[in-house]
Amino acid sequence: MLNIVWPIFIIISFSFAIFSGNLEKLNSSIFESTNNAINLSLNLLGTLCLWNGIMQIANKTSLIQKLTKFLKPIIKFLFPEIKENTQIQQEISMNMIANILGLGNAATPLGLKAMKSMQKENKNKDILSNSMAMFIVLNTASIQLIPTTVIAIRNSLESKNPTAIVFPVWVATICAATARYCSN
Amino acid sequence: MQLVNFISNLAMPLIILCIVIYGVMEKNKMFDNFLEGAKEGLEMTLSIFPTLVGLFVAIGALRSSGVLDIIIHFLTPILNIIQFPSELMPLAMLRPISGSSSIAVATDIMKNYGVDSPIGIMASTIMGSTETTLYTIAIYSSCIKIKKTRFVLVAALIGDFVGMIASVVVCRIMS
Repeated sequence: MLNIVWPIFIIISFSFAIFSGNLEKLNSSIFESTNNAINLSLNLLGTLCLWNGIMQIANKTSLIQKLTKFLKPIIKFLFPEIKENTQIQQEISMNMIANILGLGNAATPLGLKAMKSMQKENKNKDILSNSMAMFIVLNTASIQLIPTTVIAIRNSLESKNPTAIVFPVWVATICAATARYCSN
Repeated sequence: MQLVNFISNLAMPLIILCIVIYGVMEKNKMFDNFLEGAKEGLEMTLSIFPTLVGLFVAIGALRSSGVLDIIIHFLTPILNIIQFPSELMPLAMLRPISGSSSIAVATDIMKNYGVDSPIGIMASTIMGSTETTLYTIAIYSSCIKIKKTRFVLVAALIGDFVGMIASVVVCRIMS
């Protein structure tokens, strides 16, 4: 996708700058942009390391199993076709928990495992089953307790209150997830 | 408003505290686990850095050359109908397509309009409440070689749309 979008951005803006006489602005913005990228990454680095570390601690405790039990009724409601297949249930809940904790890198491999298990039960291997479709749609909803990446960015830009967005994010996420569930 | 602020501020310390206490009770090797996770954070940052450079330059060029102003000028009447701030349009368009590029665009918006300004807070909320939809669908369906994804894409995009509108509305109510 970016293979198409990126060159279009460059070609349009660079040629527009030449004709509209904004060349000076363009030149300074090029160097400013690369510096911005470095500053942002350096600032992100600290916060992201801290969060991934904390979440890894959570990952290694029995908190995960406790949460699985807690999620069971929700999973039964969202995936009625799975019935009593405990293996799939556990894989789905692990994926949900990783998402909630904001462990994107852990959530994806867990989710793929669940997809493979569901594919085994799928009758037509070329078409997504209902539970698989629901599962993917759930994963496209960013159901996350703490939006760590955004907080890290806000922090790096010296926001007075980087965590002020947590509550609005919860409200917006719930609205989006409900819309997904209804349109599924 | 004060209560909302309090909840937002409490969430992070409270969760860290709970996790650490839980780890202590189970006598885990906590610092080792912490280091393992923190290393992942390092890899994550390294992997998005090249994307950030490429896109920051492209977006910076779009803005400084004046192209972005023209695009926003044409889109404003349509966006006014649904009361969606036109400054957020580039973010709304890129968010479902690419994770690292939407990080770049959101940062750019926060930087230019102020991270604590209404626009900055809306951009943050959109980033936090939506996901890289197309990427997620692609990897989940390709790993098991599914050919027909049925209604998944439409449902997910409707969700993104609702999430973005909700972000703007919630931030308007709060400020």
